[in-house]
Amino acid sequence: MGKFFAVVLVLVAMLSAYPIIANYFPLPVDISTHGHLIDSQLHDTMLEAGIAFIGAQLVLAYFLFAFTGRKPDAPLKNFPGGAKTMVIAAFLIVGTEVLALGAFGQKAWATVYFVPPKADALQIQAQAEQFAFYFRYPGPDGKFGAIHPDKIDEGNQNYFGLDPANEVEARDDIVSGELVIPVNREVNLMMHAKDFGHSFYVRELRIQQDFVPGLDLAIHFTATQIGKFEIVCTQLCGLGHYNMKAYLNVKSQDDYDKWLKEQSQ
Amino acid sequence: MHETSAQQVVHAPPQGFWRKYVFSLDHKVIGKQYYALALVAVFTGMFLSWLMRIHMVWPTAKIVGLELLSKNGAPGGVMTPEYYLSLLTMHGTLMVFFVLTNAPFAAFGNYFLPIQIGAEDMAFPRFNMMSFWTTFLAWVVLMLAFVIPDGPPIAGWTEYTPLSAVGRDAGPGMQWGASLWGISIAIFCIASLLGALNFIATTLDLRAKGMTLMRMPLCTWAWFITSCIALLAFAVLLPACILLILDRHAGTSFFIPGGLVASDRLQPHSGGSPLLWQHLFWFFGHPEVYIAILPSMGIVSHILINSMRKPLLSAKVVIYSMLSIGFLSYMVWGHHMFVSGMNPLSSLTFSFPTLTITIPATILTLIWLGSLYGARIQLTSASLFAIGFISMFVSGGISGFFLAQPSLDIYLHGTYFVVGHFHMVMGVASLFGVFAGTYFWFPKMTGRYMNETIGKVHFWFTFIGTYLIFMPMHYLGLIGNVRRYQSFVNDYMAPYLWLHKDMTIAALITGAAQFLFLFNLIYSRFWGAPAPENPWNGTSLEWSVSSPPPWNNFGDRHPIVYHDPYQYGVKGSKGDFVMQDSPEVLASGD
Repeated sequence: MGKFFAVVLVLVAMLSAYPIIANYFPLPVDISTHGHLIDSQLHDTMLEAGIAFIGAQLVLAYFLFAFTGRKPDAPLKNFPGGAKTMVIAAFLIVGTEVLALGAFGQKAWATVYFVPPKADALQIQAQAEQFAFYFRYPGPDGKFGAIHPDKIDEGNQNYFGLDPANEVEARDDIVSGELVIPVNREVNLMMHAKDFGHSFYVRELRIQQDFVPGLDLAIHFTATQIGKFEIVCTQLCGLGHYNMKAYLNVKSQDDYDKWLKEQSQ
Repeated sequence: MHETSAQQVVHAPPQGFWRKYVFSLDHKVIGKQYYALALVAVFTGMFLSWLMRIHMVWPTAKIVGLELLSKNGAPGGVMTPEYYLSLLTMHGTLMVFFVLTNAPFAAFGNYFLPIQIGAEDMAFPRFNMMSFWTTFLAWVVLMLAFVIPDGPPIAGWTEYTPLSAVGRDAGPGMQWGASLWGISIAIFCIASLLGALNFIATTLDLRAKGMTLMRMPLCTWAWFITSCIALLAFAVLLPACILLILDRHAGTSFFIPGGLVASDRLQPHSGGSPLLWQHLFWFFGHPEVYIAILPSMGIVSHILINSMRKPLLSAKVVIYSMLSIGFLSYMVWGHHMFVSGMNPLSSLTFSFPTLTITIPATILTLIWLGSLYGARIQLTSASLFAIGFISMFVSGGISGFFLAQPSLDIYLHGTYFVVGHFHMVMGVASLFGVFAGTYFWFPKMTGRYMNETIGKVHFWFTFIGTYLIFMPMHYLGLIGNVRRYQSFVNDYMAPYLWLHKDMTIAALITGAAQFLFLFNLIYSRFWGAPAPENPWNGTSLEWSVSSPPPWNNFGDRHPIVYHDPYQYGVKGSKGDFVMQDSPEVLASGD
């Protein structure tokens, strides 16, 4: 039974690692300027974790293979160095490596969260609600109209609760169900939740950020590739959560300008 | 050491059916009651996961009989998207609270902690009875959510606010279902607080003569540390649940900010913070992970030593590692909230203690692994599960290394990577400890062996099945498969649906194998081979009493402890071991 268990463990280790080594489940294409930092950190972590995973399973398998079914009078032995070896190994090899890798890996986080957006970043407001995303552009005046929750009227497509009758800034605001952005231009996405918690997740952008009711956050990113990518909600927000998605549409600057013009008419 | 209190008769011998089996003061009966409740909860939870997994891959499938469970939730037997979320909530709540807290900690801890330290009962037997029946009440209240017309809540077991706080405008199940959830968990907190206090008092006050703290078996240590964690964790969740109930029914706004428009209604609240709930919840929630896993670590160590016939490389290092995990568990709750919108600087602050937990966790793993070297390992159903625990703990724990890094969490948060991670390490690994404990202690609890052949078949199905279900979740997480979706409408998920289908089939088979365990449990209880007092040649005090033990554990005897708990591989009068209460002098000295 011990030998069988050992074989199963070897198979478990190999079969679990194979799809990763063979890159059977590749990461989606990276279309952001910061994504490569996340990807390389993921790669390094996978390497380190993979070695630890395979190593531990194989050692377990070997010890099972060697030390089960022994005669009752077989001599008992202790691992050389005993517990001290284990503690030192854990601190030096695993602890140091994990903490070091963890520390270096903070760079990607810092790039996303600690570097402020450039002054000329394109300002777009995102609103999440059950079960849709809406995106608002300030229009030619460059200013957003204020949000009035009591004026929200889905039936008349006033998703943000704007008051164009009384506020000049709101009159030229553009609202879209699709996040259309120009390629290679930094976007500062201001995030507003209308009802509950939601999340903004675009795999290819390597961005995930919760919408928090009552707390307007901003996240900034630059898309480097033209195309259409799915935006999905990753924060459980109610019965239609699974169906809450929108598209990120990255266009060339010309196409973006054209689109913006069409929208403001 | 208070040998005098240990010698007190804590309560009279039980008389009559009600006192013996229902409102019993006997910690052993209470332990079994906890076990029975956990058993009902785990099969319910597993059944719910079956329904969810079937629905996820065949969303239009008609499930026979499902309409009986809920007319609104499954009209014509086809599950609605919201009912999927109801089941998801109930699955998580049942498993985390009523299985992973009850089985390894409350059930086995109640039964064996007093015996292992040589006490006649818990310090407060009446409190103990109250803990169980309060837990039972919590379970009843939670299960009521299935029968009310509103149905169970749909906000997940974390009940994030404001979704869980505004009432019916949040969707089906959120009017009364969510209230029942809050009330049930508040009651559960009270029960757990009582239980934790009792465990701590018992461990500190009722140890037999000679039972110093360092002579306590490792599982007793684990239960003791767990009760200290539980005392602080549930003490925070309880007020959080009360505030949630106040938000829902008393018009307060602890967790609800102003200006929210839900179901076309401007919500009559202002000034609250959704992040406050998350902080309070995870301040409980992360230690809860260790409430689930630490007892299993202790149980597994206890059983491994017995099956290896030699002590661990160092019991002291195991104890210190468990203590430091318990301590660190309070500094890391924010790693559940990296992308929640809290200050990005705090993410870094929470990341490092989380990564630091790798060190004691690695020490534990290396101690278990290294101790196997040079041992005489005996493979029984119990030790198979104990060794399986190590494999599972490594596999599930290692993915924590990814999630502890905020940079990677940006991509992996909210995906199946997380689901695979916590199911393997907190769910399955803990349950492996429970299975190991059941096979190991069943002879003590009932006087009969469990069937070893069925036990081993159960192990192989469970071990391999678990890998087939949960390992692919990590791969799916890597491609960005979002969790908590009733089915996949994302275009990018379409190419991977086949894998989800395979996982569903693996889940059905692995789940079905659990009925072998149930059958074994019931069959062996009545018809199993009779077991002697010390069937596994164990050393700790539970093996010095009859199987099953008398109502006051040691009869008129007051055990005196002479040795540390793991004198294996020595020349004793009975074989290769010396029992803790045997006055034999050891050659090596103790």
